[in-house]
Amino acid sequence: MSARLLIGTALLALSTPLAAQDFAITNATVATGDGSDPVVGGTVVVRGGKVVAAGSGVAVPAGVQAIDGTGKWVTPGVFAAVSDLGLADSEGVSESNDTSARGSPFGAALDVSPALNPASQHVAVAREAGITRASVYSSPTGSIFGGQGAIVDLGADGNMVVRPRAFQIVTLGEAGARIAGGSRVSAHALLRNALRESRQYGSDSRIVGGGRNAPLETGDDIPVDPRLVDNSAERDDVLLTRFDAAALVPVVNGSQPLYVVVERASDIRSVLALRGEFPRLKLVLLGASEGWMVASDIAAADVPVIADPVDDLPSSFEQLAATQSNVGRMVRAGVKVALGRLIGTTGEQPKNLMQFAGNLVSLTRVPGATGLSWGEAFAAISSIPAEIAGFGDRFGVLKAGAAGDLVVWDGDPLEVSSAAERVFIDGVEQPRGSHQKRLGDRYRDLDESDLPKAYDW
Amino acid sequence: MNTFRLMLTASCALALAACSTTEGTNDTASTRAATAINKDPYPSTYRPYPGAPTALVGATVFDGAGGRIEGGTVLFDGGKVVAIGGADLAIPTGYTRVDGSGKFVTPGIIDIHSHLGDYPSPGVSAHSDGNEATDPTTPEVWAEHSVWPQDPGFSRALANGGITSLQILPGSANLMGGRSVTLKNVASRTIQGMKFPGAPYGMKMACGENPKRVYGGKGRMPSTRMGNLAVNRQTWLDAKADDGKKRNLATETLKGVLAGEILIQNHCYRADEMALVLDMAKEMGYKVAAFHHAVESYKIADLLKANDVCSAIWADWYGFKMESYDGIPENAAYLQNAGACVVIHSDDANGIQRLNQEAAKAQAAGRRVGIEIPDETVIRWLTLNAAKAMGIADLTGSLEPGKMADVVLWNGDPLSVYSRPEKVWIDGALMYDANDPKRRPVSDFELGQPGEGDVK
Repeated sequence: MSARLLIGTALLALSTPLAAQDFAITNATVATGDGSDPVVGGTVVVRGGKVVAAGSGVAVPAGVQAIDGTGKWVTPGVFAAVSDLGLADSEGVSESNDTSARGSPFGAALDVSPALNPASQHVAVAREAGITRASVYSSPTGSIFGGQGAIVDLGADGNMVVRPRAFQIVTLGEAGARIAGGSRVSAHALLRNALRESRQYGSDSRIVGGGRNAPLETGDDIPVDPRLVDNSAERDDVLLTRFDAAALVPVVNGSQPLYVVVERASDIRSVLALRGEFPRLKLVLLGASEGWMVASDIAAADVPVIADPVDDLPSSFEQLAATQSNVGRMVRAGVKVALGRLIGTTGEQPKNLMQFAGNLVSLTRVPGATGLSWGEAFAAISSIPAEIAGFGDRFGVLKAGAAGDLVVWDGDPLEVSSAAERVFIDGVEQPRGSHQKRLGDRYRDLDESDLPKAYDW
Repeated sequence: MNTFRLMLTASCALALAACSTTEGTNDTASTRAATAINKDPYPSTYRPYPGAPTALVGATVFDGAGGRIEGGTVLFDGGKVVAIGGADLAIPTGYTRVDGSGKFVTPGIIDIHSHLGDYPSPGVSAHSDGNEATDPTTPEVWAEHSVWPQDPGFSRALANGGITSLQILPGSANLMGGRSVTLKNVASRTIQGMKFPGAPYGMKMACGENPKRVYGGKGRMPSTRMGNLAVNRQTWLDAKADDGKKRNLATETLKGVLAGEILIQNHCYRADEMALVLDMAKEMGYKVAAFHHAVESYKIADLLKANDVCSAIWADWYGFKMESYDGIPENAAYLQNAGACVVIHSDDANGIQRLNQEAAKAQAAGRRVGIEIPDETVIRWLTLNAAKAMGIADLTGSLEPGKMADVVLWNGDPLSVYSRPEKVWIDGALMYDANDPKRRPVSDFELGQPGEGDVK
């Protein structure tokens, strides 16, 4: 009984919400995430869970606890664009893996938010690495539509979701063609049919934002879920389920961005051309390995890109022109580019975002290559993905009014030898500790002279 | 020049073949059989390309063997390292001086675990040549018979990763996947033109989930870990019992392992399974050169040290499958701290371009728990330790006089994310130069296609 009580108390302690602190970090190298260069001897002030001020010449208000940041770097938390954080405990363990749904009867209607698990080890590892926000998507497998992704925070609390149904994802190119029945031709037909069906359905069903009905602004981060609107609209088309058609209404009316997985230059042109038929589409390109070849077109269309950071292999026929200079060339052409699409826990796990951003900086020293400045590279993993997610000035940046998401690093965050030392989300300092950390503690030595390792915890 | 190279090739091939027929076991019958077998039927035709006598001066030199020289000098000529020393090392006349001030020199980087060529780019199904997944034991297949020399991945590994040698392994679907091949990272029309002269063969083995999943899924043995061990043991016993009267390619590979001529490269994640394999190796009479993907090596660092087995590992991959769930970033540091052999590997056409960065991450993870590992030791994880586990440490892997002049000049500290190879020499020949757009290989596949000859 007493043991159970103790355990209960411990669990209670763990589940007690952590309080936001008012604090300032002083005399640190501060990078605000807005693309500017880091400032030495800077200060960041956080109050009520939000950034009050950041930069040089910032005074610490009276009554705010000052943390000496000498020798440290302070940045906004990193934003992992298009991740699968919280959707799997182990990708290879199919029982634990919710990143895709090949056998689902639904496509566009899928919504990742109820499946998210903030207690996943991968969330903890990413958080300890300095990632505070992410977009999470469901990978298209059974349908060309993956469904609706969410914007999340990685805080050690019970709720990851910041904005559910924040974007829809569709895959075109080689993968979409296979799903669509075997060709890009079919994928484009499926996409157009889906958008037309949902436009008609939105109108007939009087879903807000559908057809001629004006979009409804809820004023918060929780969009209306058109799938759940009761209606008796008749439907002639039968390719989309009612649920899928309803889910695409916000895509057609431009209130929900459509993330399009596309790599080849010609495929990118075809995607940009979609707006000729569906003018309100709010497009975001994912991947875009050959984006540098059509960078001026992408820039002219004002379509942002979430790029694979350092792809440089012709790993498929749609990526023949892949080069690590892709991101740099697109940025030089005026395209808004975030780094992302790091999924899983192998070579492209989200915590490698900083390393890959650093690699793009290293290209500035390679003759003929096009890289990014340090400030640009850090912005590509902080403020820019936040802007693309619809959270510009709120996440991924240290400026007055932004969320108190910040990371104290033991050195240059883009350098592979550096690490996050302290992580704050909404002004709440995040606990450290994970399965990995506990294993590391246990096996720091192999001494079992008194008891087996299983007693060392 | 081409004629000259071909002539050299032919004579050396004969010499190698002659050499390789002299080995055998103590058993008279099998010795007779062995003498009839050409153990090198697909001999290396690689010959070093022309190089100039070169003096790298003024750089920080990591020699690969754990040494570090500030403002060092490295001399190479005739494809071999001639001398290495400080600023006071005399430079003979006729050497081209390359200024390395502010730069770093390492031996060529070696990847012990690659599938370039047997799973090449583009990764279309027609190129899926890494797993002969039709039988759980296929010691008879040789990776070199799958490797496509036109894989563009070789050039990325050279230019971005400074890779000069690499071992191409069969995949891990099978308990015994077949022979590996060690290559020089030199573009060639044929695989023979890439083969590392004098490198021993390896044999790929795999523990755990993959073989039991692949074959269990086909309704055949093994479908469990106990099945894995049973099939392995019976296969070894059958090979030992083979009288050699009729040539059997599988048995020849296995007997090569038992004779110590072929090195075991064993895919194995979990500590408990590695411990079982070590006992199986003792039971059957062979040695494991390295456990690959050994994410749990840190749990048995003592055992691995005692058995002199290297751990070929990633810096921080973990949790992507059940048997990798206990991977920790301190793995390399804990192994090093225990005196066990660490090798950083890629298993990945992208990761092979950044082995130096992976090593730096593993080093830093150690530092954060109080294990300081000098930079010069960390470089050894990518060079001499890899060479040791591949059986080529007498030939390459460190900048010792007489060894192959496989050398990388980095434009900064190779353990920094901001550094890249500036020049790469293989056997003293300049095969990559960041300052010369033409001094980089472009594979046949890339010609006339978007991105041909681009920086990658």
